[in-house]
Amino acid sequence: MQTLLQNLLNGIASGSIYALIALGYTMVYGILKLINFAHGDIFMLGSFVGFYAGNFIAKQNGGGSSPLSAALVMLLSMIVCGAFGYLNERIAYRPLRNAPRIASLITAIGVSFFLEFGGQFVFGPDPKFFPTLIDKHVIQFAGVVTTNYQLIVLGVAIAFMALLQYIVYGTKYGRAMRAVSYNFETASLMGIPTDRVISTTFVIGSMLAAVAGILYGLSYPKIDPLMGVMPGLKAFVAAVLGGIGNVPGAVVGGLLIGIIESFVGGSAYSNYRDAIAFVILIVILLFRPSGLFGKYQAEKV
Amino acid sequence: MFRRWYLRDFILLIIYIAVLYGAWVALEYAAVYWPSMRYYNRILVMMGINITLAVSLNIINGHAGQFSLGHAGFMAVGAYSAAYLSVYYFGPYVAKMPDGSAQQIVWQNLLLIVAVLAGGLMSAIAGYIVGLPSLRLRGDYLAIVTLGFGEIIRVLILNIEAIGAARGLSGIPAWSSFFWVFFFCGLTILISNRLVSSSVGRAFLAIREDQIAAESMGIDTTRYKVKAFIIGSCLAGVAGGLFAHYTPAYLNPTGFTFIRSFEVVAMVVLGGLGSISGSIVAAIILTLLPEALRPVKDYMPGGRDPRMVIYSIMLIVLMLTRPQGLFGRKELWQFLPRRKDSLPNEARDEGNADDKLDRDAAPPVT
Repeated sequence: MQTLLQNLLNGIASGSIYALIALGYTMVYGILKLINFAHGDIFMLGSFVGFYAGNFIAKQNGGGSSPLSAALVMLLSMIVCGAFGYLNERIAYRPLRNAPRIASLITAIGVSFFLEFGGQFVFGPDPKFFPTLIDKHVIQFAGVVTTNYQLIVLGVAIAFMALLQYIVYGTKYGRAMRAVSYNFETASLMGIPTDRVISTTFVIGSMLAAVAGILYGLSYPKIDPLMGVMPGLKAFVAAVLGGIGNVPGAVVGGLLIGIIESFVGGSAYSNYRDAIAFVILIVILLFRPSGLFGKYQAEKV
Repeated sequence: MFRRWYLRDFILLIIYIAVLYGAWVALEYAAVYWPSMRYYNRILVMMGINITLAVSLNIINGHAGQFSLGHAGFMAVGAYSAAYLSVYYFGPYVAKMPDGSAQQIVWQNLLLIVAVLAGGLMSAIAGYIVGLPSLRLRGDYLAIVTLGFGEIIRVLILNIEAIGAARGLSGIPAWSSFFWVFFFCGLTILISNRLVSSSVGRAFLAIREDQIAAESMGIDTTRYKVKAFIIGSCLAGVAGGLFAHYTPAYLNPTGFTFIRSFEVVAMVVLGGLGSISGSIVAAIILTLLPEALRPVKDYMPGGRDPRMVIYSIMLIVLMLTRPQGLFGRKELWQFLPRRKDSLPNEARDEGNADDKLDRDAAPPVT
C-alpha cells in the first residue's frame, strides 16, 4: 500500500512535468497540424536559462536561496523561451505554411538538431548541476516520503494548467485560438489575425516548456543539452494519448504516462522504463486511433 | 515484362560489378601507399550505407506515402541479427581455416552474404510487424508509432545480454568492404527503380496519391502498405548487416536512436519524396557535409566542434528554400534537356501514358 502510494505520488510529480510539455505540443498541433519536434529542446533551453540565471542570482545574493529568486529565475526562463518560440515560428515555420506539411516537419527536426548541437556547442556536452533555488525539505506523511519539491512541482504545474485552461476557454484570445484550430481559412476571413494567434500559441507553449524545464531541473538536478529528447518524445506520446489538439487530454495523458512509468520503474521491469510509454501509445492507437478524448473524424473523399 | 529488360540489366550488372571490383582493388592499393586513404575509404562506405538506407526508406515514405520514422530500428534489427550470426557461428567457423587461404576468403565472403541476408530477413519480419498498425493509422499518428517501435527495438537490444546489451557488441569479424556495400547499394537502387515501374510500384503511387481512390479502384491498400514496409525494412536490414561487419565492426545501441532515423528521413525529404536519384544525391550531400565541415573546428576557441550546428542550420535553410526537396518528384535525368529530334514536349507529355501520374504536381499533403 505504501509503495503503491509512493509510486503514485512520484508518478504524479513527473507526470505533471510531462503534462506541461505536452500542452505545448498539443496546442501547436491543434492549430498547425505540425509535430513541433523542437519543443522538447525548448524545454532543455528553459532548464539551461534557469541554470545560468539561478547561479547568477545566487552569486549576487551570496549563495542564499529564496522563493522570490526562484520565481525570478522562472520568469526569466519563460521570457527567453517565449522569445525563442516566437523566433522559431517566425523564421522556420511561417515561410513553409503553404508548403507540404512534411517540409515543416523536417524543418522542425532541423531546429531540434540546432538546439541540441547548439546546446552542446555553447553550454558544453557534459552534464551540469542545477542550482538549489529553494531549500529542500523531506516531508513524511502516512508512511509516504515526499519533498517540498514534489509539492512545488505539482502546485506550479496545476496553477499554469489552470491559467492555460482559462486563456483557451475563458478569453477572447482563446476563442480566436480555437477558431483558428477549427478552420484556419474561415477564421482569417472572419477577421481573426491568424498569424498573431499562431505566434501567441508558440509563445505560450514555449513558456510552459520553460516552466517544465525549471521544475525538471529542480527535481532531477542533472541537466545536459540532450535532456530534452526523451521527455519531449514522451510528452508527445502523452499528447497523442489524450487526443492531440485537446488541452485537458494532454494533461490526463501526461499524468497517465508519468504514473505508469513510475510503477514500471518500481517493478522488476525497470529496464524497460523508456519503452513503456511507446507500448502504451501503440496499444491505445490500435484500439482508439484518435486518443482517449479525441473526436474520431470520418474521412471524406 | 521480365523478358523485356533482363538481358540489358544483366549486362549492366556485370559491368557494374566489374567496375566496382576495379575501384575496390584500386582503393585498397591506394590505402597501402597513402594511409590517409583509409579515412576517405570509410567515408565512401558510410555513403554507400546511407544511400541504401535513404533509397529503402524512400520506398516506404516516398513511393507508398506511409510516413515512417523508425528506420534506424529496422537497421538495428538487421545489424544485430547479422552480427549475432557472425560472432557466434560464422566467425569461429572461418577462424578455424588457415589464415589467408583461398578457402577462408571464399567462405568469409559467402558467410557475409548469408549473415547480411539473414539480417535483411529479420528486418523484413520486423517491418511486417510494424507495418500491421499502419493498416489503421495514417499521417502523423503512423509517424509517431513507427518512432515508438524504433525506440522499443532499441530498449529491447539494451536488455538482451547475448548481444552485448548496453556495452555494445564487439568481436564481429570485419568482413564487409567497399565492394559489398556498393554491390548491395546498387542492388537496392535497382530493386527500387524496377519496383516503381512495376504494378506493385504503381499501386504504391496510387495509395500515396489518394488512398480512398486507390481502394475504390480495387487496390488492396492494406496488402500493399505492408508490402512497402517489408521491402523497405528488409533493405534497411541489409544495410545494417553491412554496417555491422565494417571496421571497427562494433555495434552500440546508442548508434540506433531515432536521431539516426531522422537523419535518413532528412535525406529522403531533402532529395524529394519519391525521387530515387534525389535520395541518392541527398544521402551523398548529407554524408559529406559533416566531414567537409571538420576543419572548421580548428578556428573555434576552446576546441568545440560546431559542424553539427552548421549541419542543422544548413538543413533548415535547404528546407526553407526548397520545401519540395532538391528534385521534387522528378528523377535526375528528367532535368536533362530532351532530344530535339521528335515531338515537342507538350505533345510528348500528353502521349506518354507512363507520365500520367503527374510527377510534377505538388507533393501530397500527408
